[in-house]
Amino acid sequence: MHLRLENISKHFNGTEVLRQVCLADEIGKLAIVGPSGSGKTTLLRIIGGLLQPSEGHVFVDGSRVDYSENKLPHYRAGLGYVFQQNGLFHHLSARKNIALPLQVVHGVSEEESLERAQLLLERFGLVHEGDKLPAQLSGGQQQRAALARAIAASPKLVLLDEPTSALDPEYTNEVLDVINDLGKTGIRFIIVTHEMGFARHACDNLLFLYGGELLEYGTSSALFENPRTLQLQRFLSKLLEWRV
Amino acid sequence: MVERLKYIAGFFLAPKAGPVPHLKGALNYLLVCVIIIFLFWLSLSAISVTFNFSFLDFYGKRIWDGFVLTIQLSASSLIISLILGALVAAGQSTRILPLRYLCDVYVKIIRGTPLIVQIYLFFYIIGTAWGIDNRFIAGVFILSIFEGAYIAEIIRGGYLSLDSTQLEAACSVGFTKKQTLRYVVLPQMITRTLPALTGQFANVIKDSSLLSIIAVIEMTQALREISATTFQLFECYLLLGALYLCLTLPITFASRLFEKRFNYALKT
Repeated sequence: MHLRLENISKHFNGTEVLRQVCLADEIGKLAIVGPSGSGKTTLLRIIGGLLQPSEGHVFVDGSRVDYSENKLPHYRAGLGYVFQQNGLFHHLSARKNIALPLQVVHGVSEEESLERAQLLLERFGLVHEGDKLPAQLSGGQQQRAALARAIAASPKLVLLDEPTSALDPEYTNEVLDVINDLGKTGIRFIIVTHEMGFARHACDNLLFLYGGELLEYGTSSALFENPRTLQLQRFLSKLLEWRV
Repeated sequence: MVERLKYIAGFFLAPKAGPVPHLKGALNYLLVCVIIIFLFWLSLSAISVTFNFSFLDFYGKRIWDGFVLTIQLSASSLIISLILGALVAAGQSTRILPLRYLCDVYVKIIRGTPLIVQIYLFFYIIGTAWGIDNRFIAGVFILSIFEGAYIAEIIRGGYLSLDSTQLEAACSVGFTKKQTLRYVVLPQMITRTLPALTGQFANVIKDSSLLSIIAVIEMTQALREISATTFQLFECYLLLGALYLCLTLPITFASRLFEKRFNYALKT
């Protein structure tokens, strides 16, 4: 899938969050990293059609994303999105969370949507959790169910917004493993993360944002081994400071 | 000795955690009821009142009619005020400013003035000017406008308490605005506002008693008239209170039940 960002800027009430972000590349497994407040989540939300850029355009496979209210639902339906937390619908069981968008948005019959939900629950180790409400699931289970919902309609791209930030280390690894497995089966994703090990070893490419600007972009191995900017060098060295 | 006292005191205390045992709960509840009845009886004997409910035989039909009218008034008002409240709650967040401010002013004025003032003003000015002389319709109309303001606030509060991530999640799976409203906002709002709305129904029933001042012969007015002819004031109002409790207690109970049942934030 080809993604092109053309001079993307975003400001909220005069505060500039993103400045002139440009990118053009095939997306496979991309990690967006950077310090807090660098605009990572904002960029992801713009790509996901949840936020309109103040300036600039997004092109997916050559066609420009139309941010008008009546076009966005269709665009968003072609993507999968996982939030940091609370992304599952509170009032629906894990199974219904997966099945409902299939029925309502993608026109799948109720029977088939439930079958597909069952397969996904099995695949993500949630066989016994299907009929539980999100509040009855552990954090890790919630995120796995959210992942299942995100890939249920075979999206062309899955966007993951710090999917493990609200989890303790055990669940973090559990969820990252699942994402890694998804990547291996050819699912394309963009992940905003602070898990540098994951960014380095499970992602092909890395995008480094700093103060709203795209400072570096390249293969993960190149950026980790050979950071060109002082900011990325500092960022990486700080993260490695307390490594066991 | 101290041990024995502790043992007795333990009977009146809820456990530090977990539910109160059934028998203990029931006995303590009974104790409270006995104390209330005793105090009431003490007050009555202090002013040496004896009860005489013989008027019931003669006026039973009128009381029953009043009871039925109270239910009719409250039920009609509840339905209309629900619709009005929902519209006003939606109106308060519309982009059309005159409409938004109209809803805002409405809620502020209605919530800021006593129902009795509204009843007099509406009935004698607006009712007379527009020729609404059917007292039942005027009563339902006034009560609906009054309760509508409170229901609007309940609904607005319910909407504001929705988690913003839930709305974003609805966007992210590709729901249109309509679908978001139908599949996410409404189900979550209903479960959140149902306990409060049910409780509000109990208020509607009690507030309908004030319509007696424009001579709508509902339960309160019926018993006021009876007490005026029989001079059995205490009996009439005691009965009136009991009849209102018959209506409101089950509703309060239902409200609690909804609260428990729909509290899906709790792990069960």
